[in-house]
Amino acid sequence: MEDLSLHVLDIAQNSLRAGAKVISIEIRRLPGKDLLEIEVEDDGCGMDRDLLSKVTDPFFTTRKTRSVGLGLPLFKMAAEMTGGSFDISSTPGKGTRVKASFGFTHIDRPPLGSMSETIVTLIQGNPDVRIRYREVTENASFEFDTQEISQILQGVPLNEPEVLQWIKDHIDQCEQELLNNEHLL
Amino acid sequence: MKKSIEELNAIRERMKQTIQMRSDNSNNVRVVVGMATCGIAAGARPVLAAFVDEVNRRQLKNVTVAQTGCIGVCRLEPIVEIYEPGKEKVTYVKVDENKARMIVAEHLVNQRVIEEYTIGAAK
Ligand SMILES: Nc1ncnc2c1ncn2[C@@H]1O[C@H](COP(=O)(O)OP(=O)(O)O)[C@@H](O)[C@H]1O
Ligand SMILES: [Mg+2]
Repeated sequence: MEDLSLHVLDIAQNSLRAGAKVISIEIRRLPGKDLLEIEVEDDGCGMDRDLLSKVTDPFFTTRKTRSVGLGLPLFKMAAEMTGGSFDISSTPGKGTRVKASFGFTHIDRPPLGSMSETIVTLIQGNPDVRIRYREVTENASFEFDTQEISQILQGVPLNEPEVLQWIKDHIDQCEQELLNNEHLL
Repeated sequence: MKKSIEELNAIRERMKQTIQMRSDNSNNVRVVVGMATCGIAAGARPVLAAFVDEVNRRQLKNVTVAQTGCIGVCRLEPIVEIYEPGKEKVTYVKVDENKARMIVAEHLVNQRVIEEYTIGAAK
């Protein structure tokens, strides 16, 4: 994957396939701690222990085990290559949480990329799933929640192209303001 | 920020009217973009955005752009399938933003399949 926002899109596709009704995504930029953290949490069907123990094992993924793929091992590898860590926890029937940390300044850390594109892509394909997005820096944050947008829209679908464009611009603007405050740009 | 919410309110009021006019489309065409790991890595996200934008820009009211998480052939991604009522499914492979816009113009508007972009031509 070229950037981390594409990993997030791929990880969130797992949540959708697990039947999630709410997906919460959080990006934490903590250059003071040399950390960039990404968390994706869902309320989908979850995984039992047996599957959970296999999903990040790159040896299992190369086999033809149908239930195991590439997305999680790729994300884990990307984090570990930057001196970071990866953690996945899951409860059958309740949901799953994937957390990856990256060395903020590590030379192998891919750029974050466009999170607004990723969020808008998720909404386009799944207007009935609630997407919550949060970006955190050392002393500031912003939040976006499709539930709030739905309330304003009064029945107009979230995936109308004009609405998607508005959401993309809105998130870009919030991100810009956040980073300007933090002098991270 | 405040101004931004007002813009959203304005979009809602505009959409409320056009959506009512659109509700009676029986011969719906579906454009389905593959959004599994290989597809995403190969560029499916901007391809999807290009289809959404181009279909909207040309006001093609009977076209729906959708996504699938199903796994295609990795080396042929991004893969896009077009379903039209009464016609065979057409599968386009190695699609990029430019090809996506061409497919809208030629296939969806002019009704001409772009054979050289299809899976048959790729082998
Ligand atoms: N959020 C999730 N909820 C439930 N199951 C999951 C979730 N994420 C991953 N899985 C399980 O782990 C498997 C491997 O995921 P992944 O590595 O992304 O590969 P793939 O999505 O191609 O199968 C999935 O097929 C699914 O069974
Ligand atoms: Mg996956």
